[in-house]
Amino acid sequence: MHQDHPEVFPQRHTMSASGGGRRALRVGLGGPVGSGKTATVAALCRALRDEVAIGVVTNDIYTREDADFLLRQAVLAPERITAVETGACPHTAIRDDISANLEAVEDLEEQAGPLDLVLLESGGDNLTATFSKGLVDVQIFVIDVAGGDDIPRKGGPGVTTSDLLVVNKVDLAEHVGADLDRMATDAAAQRGGLPTVFTSVARGQGIEPVAAWIRERLARKAAGAA
Amino acid sequence: MSGERGAAATGDERTAGGVRTASGVTGAARIRAVPDGRGGTALPLLTGEGALAVRRTRTAPPGAAVTLVGAMSAPLGGDRLRVDVEVGAGARLTVGSAAATVALPGRERRPAAYDVRLTLAEDAVLHWLPEPVIAAAGSDLRMTMRAEVAPGALLVLREELVLGRHGEPPGRLVSRLTLTVDGRTVLDQELAAGRGAAPGWDGPAGLAGHRAAGQLLLVGAEGATLLPRVLTTRADAVQAAATPLAGAPATLVTALAPDARELRPLLIRTLHAALAPSPHPRPALATAP
Amino acid sequence: MSAALLLLADGRFPAGGHAHSGGAETAVAEGRITDAATLAEFCRGRLHTTGLVAAALAAAATAGADPLALDGAADARTPSPVLRAVSRRLGRQLLRAARAAWPSPALDRLGAARPRGAHQPVVLGVAARAAGLTPLDAARATAYEAVSSPATATVRLLALDPFESAAVLARLGPEVDAVAEAAEAAARRALSEGLDALPAASAPLLDIGAERHAAWPTRLFTS
Repeated sequence: MHQDHPEVFPQRHTMSASGGGRRALRVGLGGPVGSGKTATVAALCRALRDEVAIGVVTNDIYTREDADFLLRQAVLAPERITAVETGACPHTAIRDDISANLEAVEDLEEQAGPLDLVLLESGGDNLTATFSKGLVDVQIFVIDVAGGDDIPRKGGPGVTTSDLLVVNKVDLAEHVGADLDRMATDAAAQRGGLPTVFTSVARGQGIEPVAAWIRERLARKAAGAA
Repeated sequence: MSGERGAAATGDERTAGGVRTASGVTGAARIRAVPDGRGGTALPLLTGEGALAVRRTRTAPPGAAVTLVGAMSAPLGGDRLRVDVEVGAGARLTVGSAAATVALPGRERRPAAYDVRLTLAEDAVLHWLPEPVIAAAGSDLRMTMRAEVAPGALLVLREELVLGRHGEPPGRLVSRLTLTVDGRTVLDQELAAGRGAAPGWDGPAGLAGHRAAGQLLLVGAEGATLLPRVLTTRADAVQAAATPLAGAPATLVTALAPDARELRPLLIRTLHAALAPSPHPRPALATAP
Repeated sequence: MSAALLLLADGRFPAGGHAHSGGAETAVAEGRITDAATLAEFCRGRLHTTGLVAAALAAAATAGADPLALDGAADARTPSPVLRAVSRRLGRQLLRAARAAWPSPALDRLGAARPRGAHQPVVLGVAARAAGLTPLDAARATAYEAVSSPATATVRLLALDPFESAAVLARLGPEVDAVAEAAEAAARRALSEGLDALPAASAPLLDIGAERHAAWPTRLFTS
């Protein structure tokens, strides 16, 4: 085959095409349908928007529903929120073919000016969906107690490898008969040393540990870049 | 007239309406419009040869109007028709036709050709509004329409293609429409339909059973770009969209209908909406499904 | 047949195609695609119109025609603003993947000249050239994409049996090859006669359907 270049390891084209300059910390939020990803994104925006410049990319299964929810909640200015349509395959758009999401992030940074933090919310999918490392720096996996307290024990890439596991809707635990202690034990066993937090985002509880975790990641990135 | 067509031709032979050659009947019309210096439009060139005749028709000032008359019945296989229209700077012209053009099968198996060239100088106005072209069963017609428009000119072009006369299978029709604005090609598209056209022409991505296809091309008309893009709902018999073209103030309206009768009203309504003086020319056109 | 062609034409090549149905979502919703037979007719119509045009644009780009002139020719052959935007978006996504796969100054120049994206077939043609492929290869990949995109989408939209969808694509194979060859021949003519020699075949319902699809409040596919 014709080759007019020396064989070098190609640069990361998945990085911003414009190159140089500040690049936001990209945080992926994945998890099953209904576990509270969008509510978590909204709560994170409220908790962090006065400290850092935030943008949000949603990956809706059915177009702009999640983006529209965030717009209605007015958690950010409209130009800071964008939606990617995923062609009925939300996991493909965050893992196998991330080109549309990369473009959405770049367009956000172009339209809204330099951002510190971009939250990418996946379309609700199953337990195997994870974000590509070409798309995000770190990822949060959101499950909820109503989905079954055996999810941490069952594992799967989201539960075992996410940088932060969020177990949401703990206020429902007694109603659905979920054993929170067991979930915590199973999660710890599955995740090695990776952290897990328990939240009730819709009740306004527990977002602070998640926000603090992101703050710590932002600080670590700033230190690394300096 | 069709009786005269029946006389088989060998070599060149003058007939009542046209010049018959070995390659079929030829017809040519040439029209040039220029300002007459008194606020009106003069037609220093107005000729029809062979199968095509042209008549100046009464019109309200300041423009001129011309009607194309098919001196013979229609393009048959092997015929070659050509119309050249040139509208000079500041002139205003409307061209229509006396009747539908019906493509019929010829004695020769070769396709008929119908080529139209429209040239608009700066600030010229041309309304090209002929009657439909009908591809009768067994016919084979290749049409090209090329419009070259200078900046500031206004072109309104209507094309209606009907596949088959009532209840008959369609002949083959290939129509290519090319628009240049200020020398740059901003539209180049071809519709091919009927027996012998590429497979799938009548399928769910093609005409899907529609038998009339209409185009309205609006160049330089300010209202055209304000049209709603979706003109009909999925439940309507006529399917239409208005699409602003890239790189020029031009909009193409594409419409499909079961037959010619249902096509025309949509095109007329859209045309009026686009040319209405109101800043919000959005009369009774649906905007969403 | 080169392995680079297999990669370029692979539906899993990360160039954004998975989120597009090639007009199939509208046709399914409007009852024009209901089964394997109507899917085949839809694919056939798309192949011989916009598929032919796209394949010729791609082949011309691979053969060395000016990509920016071809980009203008693609605009002129795409009256629907929705479809123009889709083509440019996919072109931008393909460029990103192609630059990673086959780094080349030609791809860099195209990206710099059209930062919001050149038309997808033009990018594909330039990428094919960078990968050492022929104009016919580029035409083949593009013509195949014209049918594989709606066929893949219909499996998701109608829960069509994936074996039936694969059979549809297999039966269309000879027509895809023929369209690719016609596209390559047209591209060769365009190099000597100018871009007017490129085909301009259109499918009115694809244009109208794309405009309507973009106005839907909810949909599965971007186009």
